[in-house]
Amino acid sequence: MVQVTTDIPVVPPAQRGYWSGVLSRLKRDPVAMICAVILAALVLSAVFAPWLGLADPYQGSMIARLAAPGTPGHLLGTDEQGRDMLSRLIYGGRLTLFIGLMPVVLAFFIGGTLGIIAGYVGGITNTIIMRVVDVFFAFPSVLLAIAISGALGAGVLNSLVSLTIVFIPPVTRVAEAVTSGVRSLDYIDAARASGANALTVIRVHVIGNVLSPIFVYATSLTSVCMILAAGLSFLGIGVRPPEPEWGLMLNTLRSAIYVNPWLAALPGVMIFATSLCLNLLSDGLRSAMNVRD
Amino acid sequence: MSATDKPLLSVRELKKHFPIKGGILGRTQAMVQAVDGVSFDVRAGETLGIVGESGCGKSTTAKLLIGLVDRDEGDIDLDGKSLGRDISLRALRRDIQMVFQDSYASLNPRMTILDSIAFGARVQGLDDPVGRARRLMARVGLDPDRFAGRYPHELSGGQRQRINIARALVMSPKVVVLDEAVSALDKSVEAQVLNLLSDLRAEFGLTYIFISHDLNVVRYISDRILVMYLGEVVELAPVDMIWAEQAHPYTRSLFSAMPSMDPDNRTQKPPLTGDPPNPIDPPPGCRFHTRCAFAADVCKTRHPALGPMVAGSPHWVACHLHDPASGHPRAGQGVPA
Amino acid sequence: MLSYFLRRLILVLPVAFGVSVVCFALVQIAPGDPLTAIMPVDATAEQQAAMRAAYGLDKPVPVQYLIWIGNLLQGEMGRSIASGRPVADEVFGAVGNSLLLAAAAAVIAFPIGTFLGFLAGYYRDTLLDRAVTALSITGVSVPNYWLGIVLVIIFSVNLGWLPSMGAGPGGSQDWHWDWAHMRHLVLPAVTLAVVPIGIVARTVRALAGDILSMDFVTALYAKGLSRGDVLRHVARNAAATALSVMGLQLGYLLGGSILIETVFNWPGSGFLLSNAIFQRDLPLLQGTILVLAMFFVGMNLIVDVAQAAIDPRVKRS
Repeated sequence: MVQVTTDIPVVPPAQRGYWSGVLSRLKRDPVAMICAVILAALVLSAVFAPWLGLADPYQGSMIARLAAPGTPGHLLGTDEQGRDMLSRLIYGGRLTLFIGLMPVVLAFFIGGTLGIIAGYVGGITNTIIMRVVDVFFAFPSVLLAIAISGALGAGVLNSLVSLTIVFIPPVTRVAEAVTSGVRSLDYIDAARASGANALTVIRVHVIGNVLSPIFVYATSLTSVCMILAAGLSFLGIGVRPPEPEWGLMLNTLRSAIYVNPWLAALPGVMIFATSLCLNLLSDGLRSAMNVRD
Repeated sequence: MSATDKPLLSVRELKKHFPIKGGILGRTQAMVQAVDGVSFDVRAGETLGIVGESGCGKSTTAKLLIGLVDRDEGDIDLDGKSLGRDISLRALRRDIQMVFQDSYASLNPRMTILDSIAFGARVQGLDDPVGRARRLMARVGLDPDRFAGRYPHELSGGQRQRINIARALVMSPKVVVLDEAVSALDKSVEAQVLNLLSDLRAEFGLTYIFISHDLNVVRYISDRILVMYLGEVVELAPVDMIWAEQAHPYTRSLFSAMPSMDPDNRTQKPPLTGDPPNPIDPPPGCRFHTRCAFAADVCKTRHPALGPMVAGSPHWVACHLHDPASGHPRAGQGVPA
Repeated sequence: MLSYFLRRLILVLPVAFGVSVVCFALVQIAPGDPLTAIMPVDATAEQQAAMRAAYGLDKPVPVQYLIWIGNLLQGEMGRSIASGRPVADEVFGAVGNSLLLAAAAAVIAFPIGTFLGFLAGYYRDTLLDRAVTALSITGVSVPNYWLGIVLVIIFSVNLGWLPSMGAGPGGSQDWHWDWAHMRHLVLPAVTLAVVPIGIVARTVRALAGDILSMDFVTALYAKGLSRGDVLRHVARNAAATALSVMGLQLGYLLGGSILIETVFNWPGSGFLLSNAIFQRDLPLLQGTILVLAMFFVGMNLIVDVAQAAIDPRVKRS
């Protein structure tokens, strides 16, 4: 986890029927499919949590604290305040998945834009953007996330901001490398030679040809982001109590490891399962797209 | 170059030096003199062939003409209008188009060929871009009903190059720069495409600048030939005259390196030896003197100017051998046989 | 070689400058007044202004940065608001402990990762290969702070074999190379080693695959090289890459240990950092991050230069 490499994915040029081919190859990959189903189940249950007939995730009970999994009425037991674990784990997916995935989406757009501009325009623009990116690369990603979140303080928005800042530089670097590769191809020269301005050339000829590798790369970041997002809450600088969130739950349940150890480990299982599925699905997507490193 | 014909395209003292960065601070260490003071005229309807070894600046010249590379110095005039002063680059690009060597790399792999052809017409705001594109597809020999929706990888190299030609013609340009446009094709396909180019030139009244390393191809299509060496023009002459007499020693060795069809006329003398000198640090004087069999002291110090072999001749050369006043021991005698 | 080193060093300077700007900016983006923590609640307006002036906070931000960086270059990093001790003392003591933990994790991770990766690469496309690949994906997917808790549950709570907290008996801060101290190192070091094991295994697997792929080695034989020359060639290429990956991992271990130190109450820089965050001790936060980031920058430099020393191709690119 917590590490970000920038191996540039080499995606073969898209051809007619390419995406339907990718989809059918992905469908024939049992591991990727299982992961996709698990992730879909996690997302759907989190989104539709209020309609699943679960116990109130905020309603505690002094007498029912740290009930073991299997306790009648509490399938997965209760937490240190007697709140239903199953309910909190499912509700917890809302914030955890949101903060775990949204920064990569934002970084994909912001970093992608910056990288495409730097790669296409080149020159001094490229130098400025890429030197700033280099500075952020000088921080290990965990350190940077904790530093910014630590300075800004806890909160969902602050976590989103700090994680987005962490993931913009790697996406920018990959987008820049891919774009400057495409930029040197003759069809870009031909498009420029027709009198099109830079924006038109980027919109019509560049974006379509660089988006797949940037996207594949971004999917490989989701698992790291997920772990980091929960890690911030685990440290107490992410989501604030009493909101259910897996990292925060893992933190507050640490006091229970002598009472009911496996209950305390449950929220971590959710983080682990999600990040593993994200990694495996991203790997499956890479091989379905015939990506070479 | 005769004073009576007003040139369609006129290039004066075109220069492009690329910086080489390096060293501890990444400062500019040296300049590659890719194109160094190139001048020529092209008349409407004629084809100017440009030849030379790889790295001599042919392709950079092509890219300078159409603004894909920014010139450092020099003037480019089209129809008497100067680029940057009288007409914008965007307007110039409507009148000058280019066909590249790599037929695959010069087409967007994610675009149908119809869209690729129509793109320029759309960008320039011409009416009915799709209709134009379809008519041109038919003209270059690809049935629009069958091919319009296809992607570049579904076509053969020859078909793709026809598409590239159609794409260049969609804005009805006056000048088409063909940068090694047939070099990557099979010989049989090359001949078809060359014939197509000839027909199109006549039909649309086009003017070609035809860049190639293949002298036979250049001879077939060109009216005049311009020879470049290390970023400079060393010889410029109508095709028949240069075929009869190569006035510059470099041109001569270039021609003698050409494989002959006649078995009795095989290459006797060894052609050029060695690689061209480094364009970062071109030799002083005549740039060819390091490889020239006739180099004298004057060649190492004085740079020969490009000029008519005899006053008024359309055959121009930049060599001390042809200048009686140059101080070369054989000045005025021409290249020895 | 020396000129390559100098060139790299000069390239590092702007990055180091940028890092210092980011660290300085951390305090600027922090909400609230940095003085609230130390300002008496009943301070008068004049007292507040005097304090502001004393800390240089009345000056424009660029001037504040210059003052800060000037002090920094003299080794002066300010004082911790919480403890009142010089930030430098606190940070360097803690970084020492973090380095110990990172080094222990590296000692565990690098040989295991290399071994597993080599096995997988050598027996490519066998069951063994797939097992190692699955293991390394699991390794990089596991939230290691959770893994730490699980290990504590198993080895401290259930089995009672190893301590779960601190760096020595009775919360001892001084490290000694005896079992009483070293048993405190085992769980955090193993936890921290899991991710690099996965990454090193993956890298070495790919390298071993490249090395053993027929056309590369055949090409060298075809060039007329002897078997020994070929092996030397191959080992050189692989060593340079493996070394750079491991060097960077060491840097990541130091940065990545923050969460693990929190889990195990290990008195390192991460632990210091989380204390600084909760006490809103901004000078300490800033100092710790600066030192860790600069360490990482230095590590990158060393890796680059070492890689160039082993593999001459690097120098040219």
